[in-house]
Amino acid sequence: MLRRTLLLGLCRGPLGRGLGTHRGGSILDRDGKMSEIKKKIQSILPGGDWNPLYDTSYLPPEGSDVVIVGGGVLGLSVAYWLKKLEKPRGAIRVLVVERDHTYSRASTVLSVGGIRQQFSVPENVQLSLFSVDFLRNINEYLAVADDPPLDIQFNPSGYLLLASEKGAAIMENNVKVQRQEGAKVCLMSPEQLRNKFPWINTEGVALASYGMEHEGWFDPWCLLQGLRRKVQSMGVLFCRGEVTRFVSSSNLMKTASGEEVNLKRIHEVHVKIDQSLEYQPVECAIVVNAAGAWSGQVAELAGIGNGPPGTLQGTKLPVELRKRYVYLWHCPQGPGLETPFVIDPSGTYFRREGLGHNYLGGCSPTEEEEPDPGNLEVDHDFFQDRVWPPLAQRVPAFETLKVRSAWAGYYDYNTFDQNGVVGPHPLVINMYFATGFSGHGLQQAPAVGRAVAEMVLEGHFQTINLSSFLFSRFYSGEKVQEHNII
Amino acid sequence: MGSQTRTLWGSGRIGSLHLVAPVWNGGTRGIGGLSRVVAPEGNQKKGRSLLQFLADRFYDVEALRDHLLRKQVSKVHQKNRPFNHINQRYGPYVAGAYFILKQGGAVRFQGREWIRPNQRGHFSLDFLKLQAVPVEAVDASGCAINYQGLDSLLALKELQSLWLQRCPHVDDWCLSRLHPLASSLQELSLAGCPRVSERGLACLHHLWNLRRLDISDLPAVSSPGLTRILVEEMLPSCEVLGADWAQGLKLGPEEQPRDTAGPTPA
Repeated sequence: MLRRTLLLGLCRGPLGRGLGTHRGGSILDRDGKMSEIKKKIQSILPGGDWNPLYDTSYLPPEGSDVVIVGGGVLGLSVAYWLKKLEKPRGAIRVLVVERDHTYSRASTVLSVGGIRQQFSVPENVQLSLFSVDFLRNINEYLAVADDPPLDIQFNPSGYLLLASEKGAAIMENNVKVQRQEGAKVCLMSPEQLRNKFPWINTEGVALASYGMEHEGWFDPWCLLQGLRRKVQSMGVLFCRGEVTRFVSSSNLMKTASGEEVNLKRIHEVHVKIDQSLEYQPVECAIVVNAAGAWSGQVAELAGIGNGPPGTLQGTKLPVELRKRYVYLWHCPQGPGLETPFVIDPSGTYFRREGLGHNYLGGCSPTEEEEPDPGNLEVDHDFFQDRVWPPLAQRVPAFETLKVRSAWAGYYDYNTFDQNGVVGPHPLVINMYFATGFSGHGLQQAPAVGRAVAEMVLEGHFQTINLSSFLFSRFYSGEKVQEHNII
Repeated sequence: MGSQTRTLWGSGRIGSLHLVAPVWNGGTRGIGGLSRVVAPEGNQKKGRSLLQFLADRFYDVEALRDHLLRKQVSKVHQKNRPFNHINQRYGPYVAGAYFILKQGGAVRFQGREWIRPNQRGHFSLDFLKLQAVPVEAVDASGCAINYQGLDSLLALKELQSLWLQRCPHVDDWCLSRLHPLASSLQELSLAGCPRVSERGLACLHHLWNLRRLDISDLPAVSSPGLTRILVEEMLPSCEVLGADWAQGLKLGPEEQPRDTAGPTPA
């Protein structure tokens, strides 16, 4: 009884009435002042991050169990699955560090948004199948109470890969592998192609593989926002800053065969705040490198690759920035509503966009023509010289088209074998990778996030075995070459 | 009142209310305020915000609300489970028919009359002997059939007519699954399905045998008139019932609807 009156008195009496009259402010402003005072008291109480000297709410916490470098779709997916699979609930503190909260250069939002199972490596097919499942049930996975359901605008129109004489045997093999994993792909002869899609010119095409289900394209921004919203509701902390330094300690250990190995462990991550010289050292147990196209630079900060070339210490993370262009054009006589995501044998691709006869497409340049990745400027001559001729040859209606707009984005290109790097580094034992997907990261993000979370929490892959995607393959030289890269 | 104070501001172990943090904002409304809020309210909208209010402050209410939502979802899953034992014993046609009848829809076997459940949901099991007779028409209007439930329908290889009017869980993903029925399906009706959009309609081009398609009254389609034209182009031998081509067009200043009956598009 006494406590209750004291509490009521404390909250309403002297502070409320007293402050208004002391400061001489009007009675009308009392509510505003009351809420300010309540906020201040709340931050002073234990659990709030009040510092008596200055405001530090923009800084990341001083310690976090997992620090995820990079807040794109892969980083957020890892954060989501870490929070979903942790036992007990709320056990792990996760911090996501993203230096650009507008995502202006992130690969996720600049992506064309396609998802397919037509890969040559079986693990890629499995990753993609799970991701499609995730996208289909996205409102069960990413449901946040009292927020509207997500609509990722999935177009289930499928992918159509065309192969010339040379590639026909490889395509047949790939389709066999894909069917074994459960993808719904069918092979079509040029005759069947002409019947189904009369707007295609089948000259030079020996075989085509068409995905009937679980393939198409969707809106990556919606997936990113949905993940972000859900992950924030699960208690993941976000920080707007850049990782500039890792503080680690080394241990000289002996392997079972007597070799000496220098194992490093990262203890602190220095996060530099945007547009400031201030940085915060964050103590951490695990660092996840999901920095996309900039993962190579983050890996160098951790000392990966500092060593004599040819040794495990000297093996760098072979992920680089590669610039790719996407063009949007309008063609009123172009193919209709049934247009799938078409990939020509020359590497040119296009897909329908919306209902107004607009199409998105592009082409990956060869190694010699790689544009300078310093900026995201678009080269329109590239469209004239390299994209339009094969397009017009494949779809005669595209001889008359008008380019409406274009943009450029980065691939986190793995120069070794164009497949992702997943799992811990053998020497820097608490750095985990989730990067290097060279253009198919968005479509595998949910599954890769789950795999990394399983690796972090359990120590091994449980659902999809991605042991062939570990870092050690760069040293041992075992390529997991993916042939169907666009 | 006093005893309530002790339980609420105690360690939180007592009773089932665990406070998330000493929330001074909630507290200033007074302990009496909290007990006032717990009293049941009549209006549903008020009830939802009450649940939200409590769920923001108590872990247990949050867990209860999540549990209620999950139960709703699992109810739909339960309705769509496949009847494998019936499939093994009587064959795919009978299993599919049983599935539809159980959901509240109607089935017509080849050469027979429509079989419908009565108001109570009961139906006669005479069709169990029709193991070799294919199912020709399915009327699943208003049923809670979803992506999983389509498994039972896709086994009906000679299905000619499928009505999915006003089905709340049929969406674009479900439409992409219909391609195994391409050789037999002649009539498809999607009128009134709230989740079907033009993206799902784009994958109906697999159904080359389709003669009648009803895509009227689809609220999720952004431009119904244009979509209908594009679908007609995509399926040239199919009669498409849908919105008028001018629906969704903005009327120009000279075409504003006049009071007298004029020849303006609806």
